[in-house]
Amino acid sequence: MTKATTPVLELKSVSRLFEGIRAVDNVSLKLYAGEIVGLIGPNGAGKTTLVNLISGFLSVSSGDVIFDGASITHKKPHVIAQSGIARTFQIVQPFAKMTVLENVMAGAIYAGHRGMVQARDKAIECLEFTKLAHLKDMPASELALANRKRLELAKSLAMNPRVLMLDEVNAGLNSSEIDEAIRMIRSIAATGITIVVIEHLMRVVTALAERTVVLHHGAVASEGPTDEVMRDPKVIEAYLGNKFAQRFAETSGAPVARPA
Amino acid sequence: MISQYIVNGLLTGGLYACLAVGFSLVWGVLNVVNMLHGSMVVLGAYFCLYGVQQLGLPLYAVAPVACVILFVFGYAIQRGLLNRVITQPILITLTLTFGLDLIVNNLIIHVFSATPQSLVTNFGTIEFAGVRVPVVRVGGMLVAVVLTLVLYWLLRHSKIGRAIIAVRMDRHAAALMGIRIPHIYALTFGIGAFMAGAAGCAMALIYPVTPMMSGVFLGKAFVICVLGGLGSVPGAIIGGLVLGVVEGLGTLTLGQQWATSVGFIMMMAVIVLFPTGIMGKKGYE
Amino acid sequence: MIIDRAFALKIAFGVLLFACGAGLSAVLDNYYLQVGTTLAMLCALCWAWNIVGGYMGYPALCMISFFGIGAYAGGIAQAAGVSESLAWLIAAGVGALFALLLGVPLLRLKGHYFAVGTIASVEVLREVANNWEQLTGGAVGLNLPIHAGSPDEVGRFFYLAMLGLAFLAFLITALVDRTKFGFGLRCIRQNEQAASMVGIDVFKYKVGAFVLTGVLGAATGAIYASMVAFLEPKDAFNLIMTIEIPVMVMLGGMGTIFGPLIGGVSYVILKEFVWAYFINWHSGILGLIVVTVIYFLPVGVLGLTWRDIFKKLGASKSTRPATSDIARSTS
Repeated sequence: MTKATTPVLELKSVSRLFEGIRAVDNVSLKLYAGEIVGLIGPNGAGKTTLVNLISGFLSVSSGDVIFDGASITHKKPHVIAQSGIARTFQIVQPFAKMTVLENVMAGAIYAGHRGMVQARDKAIECLEFTKLAHLKDMPASELALANRKRLELAKSLAMNPRVLMLDEVNAGLNSSEIDEAIRMIRSIAATGITIVVIEHLMRVVTALAERTVVLHHGAVASEGPTDEVMRDPKVIEAYLGNKFAQRFAETSGAPVARPA
Repeated sequence: MISQYIVNGLLTGGLYACLAVGFSLVWGVLNVVNMLHGSMVVLGAYFCLYGVQQLGLPLYAVAPVACVILFVFGYAIQRGLLNRVITQPILITLTLTFGLDLIVNNLIIHVFSATPQSLVTNFGTIEFAGVRVPVVRVGGMLVAVVLTLVLYWLLRHSKIGRAIIAVRMDRHAAALMGIRIPHIYALTFGIGAFMAGAAGCAMALIYPVTPMMSGVFLGKAFVICVLGGLGSVPGAIIGGLVLGVVEGLGTLTLGQQWATSVGFIMMMAVIVLFPTGIMGKKGYE
Repeated sequence: MIIDRAFALKIAFGVLLFACGAGLSAVLDNYYLQVGTTLAMLCALCWAWNIVGGYMGYPALCMISFFGIGAYAGGIAQAAGVSESLAWLIAAGVGALFALLLGVPLLRLKGHYFAVGTIASVEVLREVANNWEQLTGGAVGLNLPIHAGSPDEVGRFFYLAMLGLAFLAFLITALVDRTKFGFGLRCIRQNEQAASMVGIDVFKYKVGAFVLTGVLGAATGAIYASMVAFLEPKDAFNLIMTIEIPVMVMLGGMGTIFGPLIGGVSYVILKEFVWAYFINWHSGILGLIVVTVIYFLPVGVLGLTWRDIFKKLGASKSTRPATSDIARSTS
């Protein structure tokens, strides 16, 4: 996974205001092909807002989003999806009354630019990858949580994305399900897709991401190789508060930030 | 000249407020567009006419009874029929009330005949600053407005009123607080019917009423409800007065035949231009 | 486009049905031709509504706005001396334009507001038709040139014209059912946010479906206008009909290919029966039918859909492709 010289996705001083509050504050980021980047931060740090801004769900108040050399700053969500940025939702949003296969086909048809028949083939391929193929005729609403998360993943994969943003894709899963998901995400990245992992679970981030960005109060608090970021006092402070950070500094251990 | 039209508009507007408030409450609380509302107004008017003309009872005795009958009718409809489909998509509840409207309207025609009827009342007119208004219209409007205000007070200060508001805001949370949702739904629909009955009684005093007018009444309720905001009692009063005046001025400038269209066009404009409600209330969903 | 055997059979069955209908025109007498024409007209309207109301799931109550606009556009054109067939085309064009103008603001709304906005369009249009006397003849009505020929010939002509239009609506529905466009509409029905996230241009699709419905509705109206040769606002913009059409589709099954046909036919039969035996009670009984449809028949009211019924019958007749069929099928 060598880094290309030009980023696939670049954020230039992106901000978003909600009635005067800066939910995302002057965030600049560069993402390169095939890398897995962790995006962490305490509750309300603006992680999901950032994903919404990139995917066009919210409009950017100021700044620029560059994808593949072209600005997508004020593009509509479907245009951004078609151009190759896929995302999953924290609260999964399947087409409940459609079958699992049809759900994934939807991704393959519109953003994946395929005809109905090719879309079906692609969808089956994605379902096999995410180990859902045996459930393809089941209505999406009847899936258990872990499988619904996988369905989101399969749907996004079918979109032929170049950037895939996974918003809390592991929340609510048990330990073995998480291991499985980590393996899947690694093999997706191996195909050259850039992955942004938005997580609460540090275990997932440390296992996956070479690079991690920490958001706090909407701004980038720390950025760098994951293990270094985890030791950054600013990160510990963001998660655990001022006093904790001082105490850790005093004991001068090498604590790993763990969210409360 | 123009002041006469405005005063007429305000008088009609008071009636409109009473006409629409029940409809608005049902829409806001139950999320049901009650297509039956117009027929309930007509029903109220006919009960009133029947009591006064056929039974020879005094108006002040008949009108409250008519309203109470309608309350019972409304409660029963909601409890027996609507509650069973209340969570279904809009198309279902709307079509269901439309079907009920056809039935009720047909029954009214059969029982009371379709000829226009009105109470012959002459309480004279009053004149103020060059504006002449019949006393009966002022009286009808006052009763309608007072009832609407009483409803507003009850919603804000009575236990049941608070429960209705709570259900409107969040039915799940309200259920967790021990509020019996089906009962509150039925009460709300009953109150809506009660107000429709009151509006019907007031209408019968002022205009000749026919069963065919249910559509007209319903149309007014739609417009006012959208103007004033869903489930909002003050909104219904404001919306009613605005519609009354706008129709009056529409009649003055464009002619009688355009008055209704002006209201509807205004409503469509509001729906499109203020997708979050003209009073900024939640509910456009 | 995915074509499996069940779908091909359905299309073949539909084509056969329409061919039989066309063949019958040679033997039917005038009364039955009229019933058939009404039936074809209602089915065409049901199929048209089914695109927006069934596949896309929007409670559009403006079917009669499209119908009336088409009737008046065609009628006015014909009264001005335009030939019949050209007038029909003009009406379809006007219908498309009107649907576009109405759809762009209204399709931003959801739920009740959309429903109320569409219903209001019927009221406004009727008032406009009533009051714009120079153009529409107002409440007095508008006379059209009468189609030349013997009553039988005329009856047959309009029967075939309506049948042809219904067939067109059927074919369009079949296409919608199986193409990217219709698939997108079904996604929109379930979750618009998720639909835009998979790259569907939600607003364009919604407007597209609305226009398609508008064109078909307006064309139906224009043929109706030529047939009756006289238009009145209260006939052209009939509020009851604007709700009857969705009820018919509900009766048959929303978002299916044959639902509008089944619903339309059974509704017309019921209605004819009611008219024949309970003339004084017809609106009340219609109301009863509506209420019964909602309580005892499909669209999930009691969790029962045509799909379930067909499943119970053991046949894979559901219009939505069972995915096992998709897997087997070829394009």
